[in-house]
Amino acid sequence: MRVLAILLAAHCIGIGALNSSAQDRLAGSVTVYAATSLTDAFEAIRDAFTEENPEVDILLNFANSATLAAQIAVGAPADVFASANDLQMDKAVDSGRVEAAEVEVFAHNRLIVIVPADNPAAIESLGDLARDQILLVLAATGTPIRAYTDAMLASYNADFGDDFGERVGRNLVSEESNVRQVVARVALGEADAGVVYQSDALGDVADRLAVIPIDERHNQLAAYPIAPLNDGSAPELAKAFIDFVLSMAAQPILAANGFCWPAILDYSNAAVATPEPNLAPTPAVRAPAIDCEAATIEDG
Amino acid sequence: MKQRQLKTDKVLVFAVSAFAFLLLAAPVIVLLINGLGSRAWEGLPDSETILSAALLSFASTFAVVVLAAVFGTPLAYVLSRYEFRGKRLISLFIELPIVMPPAVAGLALLLTFGRRGAIGSLLADAGIIIPFSILAVILAQFFISAPFYIRSAQVGFSSISAEIEDAARVDGAYGWLMFWYITLPIAWRALIAGMILSWARALGEFGATILFAGNLQGKTQTMPLLVYSVFERDINAAIWTGLILIVLALIALSLSQWLARAQDKLT
Repeated sequence: MRVLAILLAAHCIGIGALNSSAQDRLAGSVTVYAATSLTDAFEAIRDAFTEENPEVDILLNFANSATLAAQIAVGAPADVFASANDLQMDKAVDSGRVEAAEVEVFAHNRLIVIVPADNPAAIESLGDLARDQILLVLAATGTPIRAYTDAMLASYNADFGDDFGERVGRNLVSEESNVRQVVARVALGEADAGVVYQSDALGDVADRLAVIPIDERHNQLAAYPIAPLNDGSAPELAKAFIDFVLSMAAQPILAANGFCWPAILDYSNAAVATPEPNLAPTPAVRAPAIDCEAATIEDG
Repeated sequence: MKQRQLKTDKVLVFAVSAFAFLLLAAPVIVLLINGLGSRAWEGLPDSETILSAALLSFASTFAVVVLAAVFGTPLAYVLSRYEFRGKRLISLFIELPIVMPPAVAGLALLLTFGRRGAIGSLLADAGIIIPFSILAVILAQFFISAPFYIRSAQVGFSSISAEIEDAARVDGAYGWLMFWYITLPIAWRALIAGMILSWARALGEFGATILFAGNLQGKTQTMPLLVYSVFERDINAAIWTGLILIVLALIALSLSQWLARAQDKLT
C-alpha cells in the first residue's frame, strides 16, 4: 500500500502536477516565470509557500519580463507568469496562453537612482546624470524598467530642459539585459550610476550602494501583474501559488523586499505592518513604507 | 550468417551517424530556411543596427588578429623551440581560455582590468577606463581567441625538423634571418590557419564581451551581442545577423582546414 502511494506520488511529480485530493494536500511541481526584480521576494515567498506545502516544488525562472513574454509566446513550459509591467503581460495575453480576465496586480515598485557607495562621480541629485563624463548603465530597451526609466527622464525634462533626457542618454555606456545586472555594474563600481527599482537596492548589495531619490512628481509607479497560463501542467498549483502571493502571508514578504502593496488590495485593516521574522529572508532588511504614493526609501 | 550480422551492424552505425549529423546540422539549416523564407531580402530590418555591429565586429577582430600575430608568434616560437622548467604550466595557462567558460573569462577580466580592478585601478588613475569601450571588446576577444593562434603556430613551428634549421645554420643563417628566410616560409600556412581560426573565434565571442565590455549599440555591441539583444524585439534582425555570422564562420573554417591540410602535406 505504501509502495503504491510512493509510486503515485512519484508519478504525480513526474508529470508535474496535482494533489492527492483526499486531504486536499498540494503536491507536485509548478514553474513560475518571474521578472528579475522579483528574485529575492519570490525566493522568500517560495520558501514560505513550501513551508506550508512541503510536497510542492516551486521552480522559479527569472529573466527580464520581455524575454519571459517572448519565451511564453513560443511555448515555454510555464505555469505562472509574473511581469514587471502590463506591456509584457499583454504580450503573453496576445499569445493566447494567458486569459486577460485572470491577470491581477500583486505589487508595486518605484524607481531610484543608485551610485556606488563612495560615489566616484559625485552625483548628488538627478540633474547630475546629464553632466559630462558620467558612466550610466540602464537596462536594455524593451525591458519594463527601461520603459519606466525613459518615462521618468522625459518627465524631468520639465525641470531641467527639453534636452535633459537626451543629454542623460549620451552618458549611457551599457544596456544590460536585466535590472539586476545594472545593480551589479554599479555595486562593482564599474558604472557611476544606474536606474533600478527601489526593491533592488536592498539585501546583500545595500551597503555597496548609495541611493539618489527621484522626485515624487516624476517617479513612475511600476505595477506587477501575475497570471496563470491556461495550458500549464499544474493549474491547481498555479492558482494556489497566485492566491498565496496575493495573500497576507506573502504581501509582508514583498514589503520587506522593497515592494509596496497595490492599492487595489485593501490591507488597510491588516494588523501586520512588518513581516514575521521567520518569513523575512534576512532579518537586516529594512521594511520600507508600504504606501507607494508616500514612500521613498531614505538614502542609506 | 556472419555476413548478415555485419550488414545490420553497418546499417545501425549509419543510422546513428545520420541522426547525429541531423542533430548538429538541423538548427543551422532551420535558421537558414527561416532567414531566406520569411520576406527574405525585402528590407533588412533595422539595417543600421546590424551595420554598426558589423563594423564594430570587423574592427575589433582585425585588431585581435594583429595583436595575436605580434605577441603570439614569439610566444609560440619559444614554446616550440625551447625546453625549460615550468613550460607545461605555461602551456596550460595559455590554452585554458579555450575551454574556460567565457562568462568566467569576462568576470576575470573585469576583476583585473575593471575600474576597481587589480590593474584597471592603476589605469583609471591615469585616466584610462577600459570597460564599456572598444578596448574592452578587443581585450575580451583576444583573451578568448589568441590561444587558437598560438596553438596553431606552435604546431607549425614544431613541424619544421631540426635538420632543416641545422643545415641553414651551417649556411650562416641565424636569429632573425633564420626566422624570416627559413622558418616563416615553411610554417606560414599554419600561422595563417591559426589567424583565421582565432579571427572566427573572436568574431563569435559573446560571454566575455558582454560581461567585461557591456552592451551598447555602436560602442561595444558586436554582432553576437546584437543577436542576443534583439531576438525578442526584432527576430528578423537577429536571424540576419546570425546568418552573416554563420556564413563567415563557414568560410573561415574551410579556409583554415584547407591551409592546415596543405601544411601537413608539406612536412
